[in-house]
Order: sequence, then structure tokens, then C-alpha cells
Amino acid sequence: MKRFGWSLVTLLVAALAVALLAVLPWWSAAIVAALLVAWLLATRAGRQALSVTQVGISTMPQRLGAASVVVVGIAGVVGVLVALLAMAQGFQATLQETGNDDTAIVLRSGSQTEINSAMDHDTTVAISNEPQVMRDPQGRPIASPELVVVASLPKKSSGLDANVEVRGLGQGAWALRTNVRLLAGRRFTPGLRELIVGKRAMSEFEHTELGSKIDLGGQPWTVVGEFDSADEHDSELWGDGDAIASAYRRGEGRNSVTVRLKDPHLLDAFKAALASDPRFKVDATTTRDYYDRQSELLTRTIRILGTTVAVIMAIGALFGALNTMYAAVATRTREIATLRAMGFRGGPVVVSVLIETLLLALAGGIIGAAIAWAIFDHYTASTLGANFSQVVFEFRVSPTLLVNGLKWALAIGLVGGLFPALRAARMPVTDGLREL
Amino acid sequence: MKYLHLVWSTLFRRKTRTIFTIVSVIAAFLLFGLLDSVRGAFANAGHNVAGANRLITMSKQSLVVSLPTSLLMRIQAVPGVKAVTYANWFGGYYQDPKNQLVTETVPNNYFDLFPEFRLSAAELRAFHSTRTGAIAGASLAERFHWKVGDKIPIQATIFPQKGGSNTWTLDLVGIYHVADPNLKGEEGVLFFNWDYFDQAAQFGGGTAGWYIDRVAQPKDADRVAHAIDALSANSDHETKTQSEDAFTAAFVSQFADIGLIVGSIMGAVFFTLILLTGNTMAQAVRERIPELAILKTIGFSNRSVLSLVLAESVLLLAIGGAVGLAISGIAVSAIRAKLGPQIPMLPVGGAAWLRAVALMIAIGLVVGALPARRGMQLRIVDALSGR
Amino acid sequence: MSPLVEIRNLSKVYTRGRQKIEVLHHVDLDIAPGDFLALMGPSGSGKTTLLNLIGGLDSPTEGTLSVGGKRIDRLGQSELARWRASNVGFVFQFYNLLPMLSATKNVELPLLLTKLSAAQRRSHAGVALELVGLADRAAHKPGELSGGQQQRVAIARAIVSDPTLLVCDEPTGDLDRQSAVEVLTLLQRLNREHGKTIVMVTHDPKAAEYASHTLHLDKGTLVEGTVAAEVAS
Repeated sequence: MKRFGWSLVTLLVAALAVALLAVLPWWSAAIVAALLVAWLLATRAGRQALSVTQVGISTMPQRLGAASVVVVGIAGVVGVLVALLAMAQGFQATLQETGNDDTAIVLRSGSQTEINSAMDHDTTVAISNEPQVMRDPQGRPIASPELVVVASLPKKSSGLDANVEVRGLGQGAWALRTNVRLLAGRRFTPGLRELIVGKRAMSEFEHTELGSKIDLGGQPWTVVGEFDSADEHDSELWGDGDAIASAYRRGEGRNSVTVRLKDPHLLDAFKAALASDPRFKVDATTTRDYYDRQSELLTRTIRILGTTVAVIMAIGALFGALNTMYAAVATRTREIATLRAMGFRGGPVVVSVLIETLLLALAGGIIGAAIAWAIFDHYTASTLGANFSQVVFEFRVSPTLLVNGLKWALAIGLVGGLFPALRAARMPVTDGLREL
Repeated sequence: MKYLHLVWSTLFRRKTRTIFTIVSVIAAFLLFGLLDSVRGAFANAGHNVAGANRLITMSKQSLVVSLPTSLLMRIQAVPGVKAVTYANWFGGYYQDPKNQLVTETVPNNYFDLFPEFRLSAAELRAFHSTRTGAIAGASLAERFHWKVGDKIPIQATIFPQKGGSNTWTLDLVGIYHVADPNLKGEEGVLFFNWDYFDQAAQFGGGTAGWYIDRVAQPKDADRVAHAIDALSANSDHETKTQSEDAFTAAFVSQFADIGLIVGSIMGAVFFTLILLTGNTMAQAVRERIPELAILKTIGFSNRSVLSLVLAESVLLLAIGGAVGLAISGIAVSAIRAKLGPQIPMLPVGGAAWLRAVALMIAIGLVVGALPARRGMQLRIVDALSGR
Repeated sequence: MSPLVEIRNLSKVYTRGRQKIEVLHHVDLDIAPGDFLALMGPSGSGKTTLLNLIGGLDSPTEGTLSVGGKRIDRLGQSELARWRASNVGFVFQFYNLLPMLSATKNVELPLLLTKLSAAQRRSHAGVALELVGLADRAAHKPGELSGGQQQRVAIARAIVSDPTLLVCDEPTGDLDRQSAVEVLTLLQRLNREHGKTIVMVTHDPKAAEYASHTLHLDKGTLVEGTVAAEVAS
């Protein structure tokens, strides 16, 4: 009964420690580490702990196999976690960077994405002329009714056909999209069958180099330029809206209208104005919100997947660590008993076993994080986006992610070391000495 | 078999250590079951026995571009084509925008080309005779607790009705089942009549999204595909026809290289597992050298000692692996029940178990090899005198 | 009567790195069937090595060794293993029993190498345990038995497949006086009442008194020894 009570207490202490670890910022760990080092060097109990730790570390080469179990196990957890979360982070970042608060996108009511939406010419004109829409020095509304279609191009990576998004821009598009730069070539000429290719689309799809011909609507179109918009649109091909509409026989209909508002605060007024027009039913949101929403499902899925996988791997690693540390404590039963017979208290022994485990865990965490960073940072991938076409994005191994990974490593090390450490400390001295 | 007791008691000699190791093995195979279920769903997506005879004809530009319905008669006339039907994408959601549906509008003969969708003759007749009739897959119906006879309001995301309303109310007249557990993902589609859509939709009617063509034998596929595409060459609706398999594979590959992701994760997991169990086995054998020596004095041959150690490591993997895979089976069932048929996860079936058992044996042998060799090669006199 | 064990010119040389150590020098020895022989000598005299050779645990470098008419110096490792299984029973000073098996299961171990059924194995083991007086401890694990009881279980295991030869290496070396007496009395009974031939290595003269003959070894050769007086049972 007493044993059970002890185990319960240990479990609670471990849970508390892990919770603290999860919540505290990274520099607090540095402070704790500094305090620990000070304690190890300055106090008597600390120096005892230090000498026990040194004995432990010096015998590590003999227990290389067992020690590597902890390191590799934890490296695996951290590596996989960081890689998967970097995928989610990268996709989300690409979409979140697309869009801002002062432009709004208008879709037919009920459509969740551009490709599902449809509106006629009169509707797009009415939307562009609402009073909340900013006008350029010539008095024209900074608005772009746009057409979104899907074309098929082979992917460089698989050779298989994949969907690529083709956007037909309205004439207000260039005033609207001020963040776009031309990297090569020139803009397409309105009315002609010319396309410019986004930077990421160019790297992902075949037949996208300058001068090559792409089949749209049964006719060849020429690539005349490459653009960089530093967001999700880099995965698209752009052309003149009217020319594309004619190639796909869409007439004057468009999928969406994107406008620049005179002021971000005018969004509600804009929505009210649109709602009051009886000729059409549309929804308006800021482009930031629109693209944010699109990343939601996939990023949430990847995050859940990544965390689940990491938790299961962590359980495996934890029990591996427990095994290793219990064995480590067992092989040093005699030494520990002798030390304690000589007067070393239980506390320093607990601390030293914990330090040893945490050092191994930290090593594993650093190795795992380093491998994930080396392989996956800026790793390009693409997946099917909301408009039924490829969105190209880069994995982002951010510092926060790396710190998170290290926290997981320390948490596993903490729990994995706490139980064996307490076992070492509570072992009756006489039992240990009898092993001699 | 008579050695089972010996191997078992040797394994559990150090109970705590063995149980901890088994927990790690359980974790590894739990992951294997979950990830293999996802990988299998993507890999199996097109491998349908009934689909071996089917081709998909879509617009050469992309799947979202429609084709004229006049193609139906012309494809039917192509030599080698046994039957043709078509379908249109509708989409929509049920009650909450989060509940996006896979909804297609189809003509009367659609289900003739999909014999794996089990429907009673009565349900099929009801579909033909009810203008607003709809047929739902069993997994889909289960998710939303639909029963035959229910009126189901669907919110359109693309096609409003002529009056402007986005609500389409359908009458559920039948529920189809798919027998093959590997194809359970196909049980999540909602079908309603193409005619009704054509009449009631504000726009989008009068066309076919894509055609499904049946050939007499799979080996006719290539020839017939070319012949079908030749029908529309140089027209304003050029087509691309490929086998259902190829179509699905290309579609699936657009999501992600699932095989690569799953393979990498499992590679890392099993690498760690081998290290972990290898370490346990090495320790265990090291401790037992004198006992293995005793067995040899009794007359156990070197080969027997080798086999005993290997049996021990395989048993270790087998216990943990079986428990882990069983748990994953339960977990996958629970997830599929809760989140519906569009979750790309196959039930953990016989094939997964076979793969897992092969892994357990392989890893068990790898992990036990060096310790077993050590046990086999020990010299009795040295071992007994403690050298 | 022809001897059970016939040893001629037996030598054993160990190689440690570059050094060659000759542990046994040209030993000649006959052991009659039904004999209870004690081998004594200072440490390093080669007595354990001789015992190991007689028991087929090792092979000689030179000379011939026959047991029951069979030239076991010519047998390879796996043949020796097969031979040991049916011809020899061993009792050691330490590590005799597998700690996670009950007494019965320990005794059954040699029978796993035969074609007997589980029921038959259990019954043979029961008979053997009965013989050593530990039938009531059949289900106990070694951890629950005293040192003397463990050795008696080891003896039961050594005789369960009815071998002709019993080989014991310091069987009482780790036991207290009373347990030692139990074990030695048992060995004597097996020898006198059941005709088992026993070769026992010991450093304890009192233990040697239970044997019918004692031989001394020194520096790898036999020294003429005295025949022990019969000990009243």
C-alpha cells in the first residue's frame, strides 16, 4: 500500500514537472540550468550529486548500448514531430501570408472557395462600384473580377498529370496586387494568349519555362514571364481574364471579385452595401480571413496526425528510457549503497540520476531536431488546395518548433529518470551492500 | 511446442524489464497499424476488381471542365465498349459547412456499371421513378443516421436552384453497400438523378462531368481509350480516357506521397525499436550465460541454444506486436465510426496482420541474431567457471 | 568386469594468447562401473579439467577416453551433446537450476530432448524428486528452496534420464555442514542402492570419505591415493 502511495506521488510530481516544462518559455530553462550548476558547485549536497553524476557519466562507455537506446529513441520522437509540424507550419504560413486586411474577396453566397463560386458581369460591375472600394488616380475602382480555372500539367517530381490553377485577372489586378514582382520576362498582354508563371509553379511543373507553350481550352498559350508574389499565388499561372474566359467559353462570367477597400474598417459597411442589393447574393471576407480558412482543415489534420504519432513514439521511447535507467541504477547498486553507507544522502543520488537521464534526453532531442532541420527546412512539397489544384509550399522548421521538440525530449527524460532515481534513493543500504 | 514453457519463463524472468520492452513494441506496432491503414486507403483507392474493366473519360483540360452529353451515343458506338454512363459533380454540404459531401448526379444506367455497389432491385426502381430520389452509401447514411424514406436537405455550394435557393431536398430511396473491406471508402457517395438536376439547377445542366465506359476485357483498355479520345480530337471538347486505376492513382498522387511519408516514419520507428529490443536481448543473454551453459551440459546442442534465444526474441516481438496491432484495429474502427467514410483509413484486416507478423518475425530474428550466436558459441567450461 | 571409463595417456593443453599451459599430463585411469570416485588435489591440479573431459564437456588434446565402450575423445561438439544427454548427469557447485522454473520443470529439462509426452515427462520427474526426498517441494522455485534442497533437485535432474555416469564438481562447496551431509548421503545411496557410477571432485576430505575410492591429482598427474574407509551410513 505504501509502495502504491509512493508511486502515485511520483506520478503527480512527474505530471506537474512536465506541465511546467510545457508552459514555461525557453529562457526559463536556461535560468534553471544555471541555478542547477550553481547548486552543484557550491553546496555540499550539490557536490555530492556532482561526484555521483561524474561516476555515472564515466561508466557510460560501458553502457553505450543502453545509453544509445535513450538517445536514439528520443531523437526519433523529436525528429518525426518537428518534421510533421514543420509541414503543417509551412502550409499554413504560405496561406496566411496570402491576403491582408485591406483587400476583400467577394464570392457567390454559399460558396466556400473561388472555384465553386460564379457571378455574372453585371454583378461584378456592381461590386466594383460600391462606395467602400478604393479608386485609382484615374477614378477607376481598384478591383479585379477574376476567373479561376484548372489546367493539367505533369509534375516534375512524379511525371504524372496534376491540376494547376490558372487565374484570369481583371484590369484592376496590378493596382490591387502591389506585392507582385516580375522575376523574368514581362507581363502578359491583355487580349492575347499569354501567361505568366508563379515562381513555385515553375519549379513544380513541367513545360513552364519562358517561351514554352501550354494548352488551355484547346489552344496553345505562351509563357512570357515569371512572377513572385511571396504567397500562395506563386503556385498559379496568370493570364488576362477576358482571354481565358473566351478560351474556356465562360463569356463574361467570373468566379470572384477582389477589391481594395478604402480602409480596413470599412469591411462591415461593404458587406452591408452588398447585402442591400437585391440583384445578387454574395459573401465578402478579407483576403486574410479567406486564405486563413483554407489552410485550416489541412493544417489541423497534419497537426493532429503529427502529435498523435509523436505521442505514441514518446510512449515507446519513455519505456525504453525507463528500462535503461532502471538497469543503470541496478548495475550501480553496489556503488550507490557504498556511497550512502559513507554518508551520501538520498537527495544527491536522485538528482544525479535525473541529471544523467536529462543529459541523454537532451542529446537525443538535439540530434533529432538537428536532423529534422537539416533535411526538412525549406523542403518543397505540394498538395491539393481548395481550388482543386496544387499548392506548393515549403516546410518551415521554426525556432519555436525546435524549442518545442527539445521540451518533449526533456519531458520524456524527466519522467524516464524520475522513477529510477527515486528507486535508487530509496533502496535500503543493507540490500545494496549485500551484493558485494 | 514443448519448449514454449521454457522460452516463456525465460522471457519473463525479469518481469519489469520485459514488460517495459513489450510496451515499446506495442507502441511501434500500434503506429504501424494506424499508418498502414492510411497508406492502404490511398494505395488501394483505385484497385477495384470490378473497376478493372472500367475507363474514365474526362475533359483533356481538367476534371472540372464538362463534356457534352452527345458523346454518350458516340462512345457507345466505339468497338469494344460494352456500356457507357456519366456523372456530374454536385458537392454541397449537410447541415453544417463542415460536413462537405461527395455528391454526384447520375443517369438511370449508372449503377449498371458499378456492380460492387449492392442495391436491391426495388431500391433501383424507386430511384428511377422518384424525381427527387437519392441513393446514399451505407457509411455515409450511418454517419448522419439517414434511413430510407427520409427527406434530406442538401445545401449547394456551387449550383443553386432556379429560384435562387441553395437548398435541394432529396428523398432517400436506397442505401448501397460495398462488400470488399478494402473499398469501404467508396461507401460515402450520395447520388441523385441527373434529370432532376438538369431541370432544377440555375446553371450547369445539360452536360456530363465525366464518362465511365466498360470494356469487355482489361486488355482492350488501351485500344478503346485511344479510340474514344479520337472521337473528340481537334474539337472544342477534347477528351482524355484512361483506366479507372490510372485515373485514381493520378488523383491520389496529387494529395501527397503518402507512401513516402508513412514509410519514413515507420522506418524511424522500427530502427529505434530494433535498437531498443536488441539492447534488451543482449542484456538478457549476457546475464544468462551460465544457465545456457547448464543447458549445454544437459545435452542441448549448439543449434538448440541458438533456437531458444531466437525463439525468445521472436516471442517478445510477437506478444508486443499482436497487442499493438489489435489496439490499432480497435482505434481505426472507432475513428472511422466517429469521423465517417471519407477518412482515408482502411480497417486493419488480414493483409495488415500478415505484413505485421512478417515484420515481427523479421525484427525478432534480427534482434536475436547476435545474442543467439553468443549463446551458441559459448564454451561450457569457460562459462561455468565464470570466464 | 571391464571398466566403465577407460583413460589412456590423456593430456589437455590450453592456449592463452601465445602461452601453452599443459593442465593434464598423460593420465592413465580406469573407473569400474558402480564406483564412487573422489578426485582431490590443490587448486590448479587439473581435477576439474579431468572431470570435464570424463563428462564430455571438453575434448582432450592427446590420448584416448572411452566411456561405456565408446571413444568420446573422437566425437564432435554436437555428437558430444547428444552423448551427454543420454549418458551423463551433472551436478555443479553454482548455477545449477534455472531460477524461473519450478523444481519439477527444472528436473524435466533433460527430458525435453527426448520424445516423451508431457505427461510422461512429469511422471519421470516426479519419480526422480521422490528419490531425492523432495516430492513435496515439486512446485517450488529455486528461490524458495535452501541450498541443500537446490542441490538435491539438481541431483534429481541429473538422474532423471537414467544416465550411467554422474559427474559432480564440488557439489557441497557452497553448502553448510548439514546440507552437505544430506547431499553426500544421497549420492552415496544412489551409488550403493541404484548402482550409479559417480565421479566427484572435492577439496573437502570429509566429503571424500563418502566415496569408495579417492584419487589425488597434482600438477596434472595422478598421485597414488588411499582407499577411503567405508563410512557407516
